[in-house]
Amino acid sequence: MPKDNTLNKVLVIGSGPIIIGQAAEFDYAGSQACRALREEGLQVVLMNSNPATIMTDADMADRIYIEPLNVEFATRVIEKERPDGLLPTLGGQTGLNLAIQLSEAGVLEKYKVRLLGTPLDAIRKAEDREEFRTLMRAIGEPVPESWIITHENQLTEPAASGIWPLIVRPAYTLGGTGGGIAHNREELYEIARRGLTLSMRHQVMVERYLAGWKEIEYEVMRDANDTAITVCNMENFDPMGVHTGDSIVIAPSQTLTDKEYQMLRTASLKIIRELGIEGGCNVQLSLDPNSFAYYIIEVNPRVSRSSALASKATGYPIARVAAKIAVGLRLDEIENAVTKRTLACFEPALDYCVVKIPRWPFDKFTSADKRITTQMKATGEVMAIDRTFESAFMKAIRSLEIGVYSLTNKTANLLSDMELEEAVRVPNDERIWAIAEAFRRGMAVEEVHGLSAVDPWFLRKLAAMVQLEMKLKTNGRALARLVKDEQAEELEQNHPLAVRLLREAKTIGYPDRMLAEFAEVPEMKLRAVRIRLGIVPAYKMVDTCAAEFEAATPYFYSCAEQEDES
Amino acid sequence: MKCILVLENGAVFQGESLGAAGTTNGELVFNTGMTGYQEILSDPSYAGQIVTFTYPLIGNYGINPQDHESRRIQVEGLVVRNSVDTPSNWRAETSLHQYLKENDIVGVQGIDTRAVTRALRTQGVMMSTITTEETAEAALLRLQNTPPYASRDMNQVVTTTEVYLWNRSSNAPLPIAPDAPRTETKRIALLDCGVKYNILRSLAQYECECVVYPCTATADEIMKCKPDGIVLSPGPGDPAHLGYVVNTVKQLIEKKPLLGICLGNQILGCAFGSKTYKLKFGHRGSNHPVKDLSTGRVYITSQNHGYAVDPDGLKDGMEVAYLNLNDGTVEGLRHKQLPVFSIQYHPEASPGPADSAYFFHEFIQSLK
Repeated sequence: MPKDNTLNKVLVIGSGPIIIGQAAEFDYAGSQACRALREEGLQVVLMNSNPATIMTDADMADRIYIEPLNVEFATRVIEKERPDGLLPTLGGQTGLNLAIQLSEAGVLEKYKVRLLGTPLDAIRKAEDREEFRTLMRAIGEPVPESWIITHENQLTEPAASGIWPLIVRPAYTLGGTGGGIAHNREELYEIARRGLTLSMRHQVMVERYLAGWKEIEYEVMRDANDTAITVCNMENFDPMGVHTGDSIVIAPSQTLTDKEYQMLRTASLKIIRELGIEGGCNVQLSLDPNSFAYYIIEVNPRVSRSSALASKATGYPIARVAAKIAVGLRLDEIENAVTKRTLACFEPALDYCVVKIPRWPFDKFTSADKRITTQMKATGEVMAIDRTFESAFMKAIRSLEIGVYSLTNKTANLLSDMELEEAVRVPNDERIWAIAEAFRRGMAVEEVHGLSAVDPWFLRKLAAMVQLEMKLKTNGRALARLVKDEQAEELEQNHPLAVRLLREAKTIGYPDRMLAEFAEVPEMKLRAVRIRLGIVPAYKMVDTCAAEFEAATPYFYSCAEQEDES
Repeated sequence: MKCILVLENGAVFQGESLGAAGTTNGELVFNTGMTGYQEILSDPSYAGQIVTFTYPLIGNYGINPQDHESRRIQVEGLVVRNSVDTPSNWRAETSLHQYLKENDIVGVQGIDTRAVTRALRTQGVMMSTITTEETAEAALLRLQNTPPYASRDMNQVVTTTEVYLWNRSSNAPLPIAPDAPRTETKRIALLDCGVKYNILRSLAQYECECVVYPCTATADEIMKCKPDGIVLSPGPGDPAHLGYVVNTVKQLIEKKPLLGICLGNQILGCAFGSKTYKLKFGHRGSNHPVKDLSTGRVYITSQNHGYAVDPDGLKDGMEVAYLNLNDGTVEGLRHKQLPVFSIQYHPEASPGPADSAYFFHEFIQSLK
C-alpha cells in the first residue's frame, strides 16, 4: 500500500530531557523520523522540551514547539496546528506515555487526530504486565512465573511460593527505575514498596529470577500487511539480572546455534504479529544455557534504547523505516538507504562483530553504589565494530575515555584475592578488568564462570587476550630491540619474534600505547616501526548485506585486514 | 601451518590451515548466514563447492550430533576469517577444526573473507583451490586444468544408493522393503537429488513418512510405493544435466500432488517448458526476501542456489508465484489447476528462518 493520502500534517513528540535510560538515542530516532516523514511530502510539527536536540533544529520540522511534554501543552499545540496524525512511538517512554494520556483525555478524538503506527491497544497489551502475560500464554509463548502487585498485601503469595530469588520490576517506568532482586522476604518487601511508589500505575511485577540464563534481544519490524522481519539479535555478555542498558552487548549473538537463533527469532516474530505492532519493536528473551528452554522477558512496542544500537550495528535505520510504516508504507516499498539498490524488506547480514559497553558516571559520583543490577545506571554507551570480537572489545574499552586502554586497569590490580572474587561475582562497572585480573592471577575459565555466570565463550576470549598481553609483556625487550633497530633494512628477518608478536597484537586490537609501555619506548617510535612494517589498519564498509550487494553509504570501521575499501 | 586460497582469476590469499592439511578444489561461493555453519557443511547442495563464510567468527558453538543435514560433510572445502576453537554451547561435542580434521576436509582460516566475497560479487563465482602443499603458481596452473563445476553431474554422487524410509522415529535412514506397509497416515515419495534431512524431519512432523528414491529412479518405480504425494528435493549442480530427472517428473505430473524444493523448482520449471541459467554469484544465505505474488506478503527465506528458472517459456498452466525482492529472479512456481507447486528456497530452514515452513502444511493439505 502506498502512503496514506489522507495525511498531510503529522505531530511528532520528542522524549524531553535526557535522563538515564532515555538519552540521545531518542533524538537520533526522532530526527530520522522527521526526515523520513518530510521525504514523503508530509508537514511535520515537532514538540519537545529539550533544546539540546537535533530534532529541534529549525530545518528538521515545519513547525517546532519547545514546550513542556504534558497534556495541557500538547492539547494547545494540537488545537493550534490541527495535525491529521500523531506519531507516538519514536519519543521513548515519555512520548508514548504522553500519547496515551492524550488519548485517554479524549483530546485525540476531539481534534480528530489519528494515532499512527502501532495501535494504542497493542501498546497497552505489551506494556500491561497482566494483559501481556495472558496474551503470551494464549499463543503458547513461555513467561516466567510472576505476580502483579498493586498493594503490598499481595506480596504474601510470592513470598510463600518458595521461588527465590525473585525479581521486582515496576510498571511504566524508565530504565527499570525502582526494581531489584530479592533473595528473601525482607528484601522482597523493601524493593516492592519502593517500586510501588515509583510506578506511574502503582504496579510492580514480581517474577522468577532466571539466574545465569542468557539474555538475548531481537529488534523486529512489522508493516500493516503483516510482513515481519528481524533487524538483528544481540547477546548480553552479562547473564540475566543486569539491565540490558547496563550490560555489555554483542551483536550478533555468538553462542547460539542456528536452531536456537531461529527458535528465538520465530518467537519474536510471532509476538510482534500477535500484538499487531506496525513499526519497530524490541523483544527480550532469556535462554537456558543448558537446554532449549526459554522465556519471554519483555517487549518494548516502540523504537527503544536498543534500536539506536541495532541501527548503528547493522546500518538498518529502524526509526526511519518505522516512521514510513506508520504513514502506510510497506517494508517492500521502502528503499534500503545504505545500498540504495535493495529494499528495507530483508534482514541485515553482519560480517563483523559489534560490542557495546555502557559508560557509567561513577567517576563523577564516587560515593554511588557501583553495583549493577536491574535498575539502569549507565548514562551513556560506546559501540565498536571490528572483524574479531577481541579487537571490537579493545576498541570499545578505549572509546570509554576513562583512562584505560586495555584489559589492565590499576584498581583491579590492587584488589586482594577476596575482593577480586567479589568483583568478578557481583556485576559492577569494573567487572571486565576484574575478570582479566583473575586470569592474570591464574584463575581458570571454569572458576570465573562459576563466579560470574558469564558464558565461557566470552571468558575464553578474555583469557586468551590476557595470555597474549602477558606474552607481550615478557617480550617487551624483543619489541624494544625492534623499535631501536628502526632504520635497519631487513626488520622482519632480524626480529622475527617481535614482528610476529606485533602482528598478533594488532589482530586482536592491542593499542600502540600499551605495546610501547611494555617495550619501554616512546609510543610514536613504536608506531613508526609498525607502519614501516606495513602493519596498518584497513577500513571496511558497514553495508547491511555482508558485501553481497554494492553499497552507496560511506560508513566504515577499521580492522587488521588485507583489502581497504575506504 | 601455512595455507593458500587461489582463485581461477589468479588472486591469491595467504592464510593458515583449518581442518585437514592437503589440497582441495571447487567452485568458490559465499554464504551470508551468521549462524548455521554445521548445516551448511553437511548440505548436499554444496557438493563440488568451497564455501566462504562472510560472518567472520565460525565455530563459535562447535559441532553437535543433531544438526547434520546429511550423512557426511558435503563441501569440498571452506574459507573463514576466524575459526573459533573454544566453542561454547550445551550441545557441542567437538570443535569445527577437529570435526573437519577427522573428516579429512581441507579449509583455510585467517582470510580476508570480505575481500573474497567482493571479488565473487564483481566477477562471479569461479573455481578455486585451497592447498597446504603447493606454491601459488603450481596451484593456479593445476586449477586451470581442473574441469569446471558445471561439467559434472553431482546429483548421482550425492543421491542415496538404496531406497530408504524416514518417519517420526527416524534419526537416520531406515531400510524399507519394496512393498512395506505404511507406518504413518500419509506417504510421500521423495526423489533424492541431494535431500537435506530437515525436509524429511519436517514432513515427519505432519505424520508423513517419506520413501526416498535415488535420482535415477523411474516414474514406475516411484509409483510402486503408492504415495499420496511426491517431493522433488534440492541438490547441487547445473540442472541442465538432469534431463533424465525432468523426464521422470513429466510422467509423474497429474498422477499425484507435486512439491519441488530448490533444484526441484528448477526441474519442475524445465518439465513445464522453461530453461535455467546460472546466476552471477548465486543466492546463499538466511536473509533473502521473497514476495508471494498472490498476497503481497514478503517472507525472509533461507537460500542456496546458483541457478534460476527463466520465466520465459513456462507453459501448460505453470506460472511464476514468488519473486526475489533483491534481484527479481523467480523464487517459485504454481500450476493454475493442478496441485503442482515449487519454491526455489528452503521451507525446511536449517539453517535459516522457519518463515516458509507453512509450505509443508499447504502441500499436506493438497494430498487426498
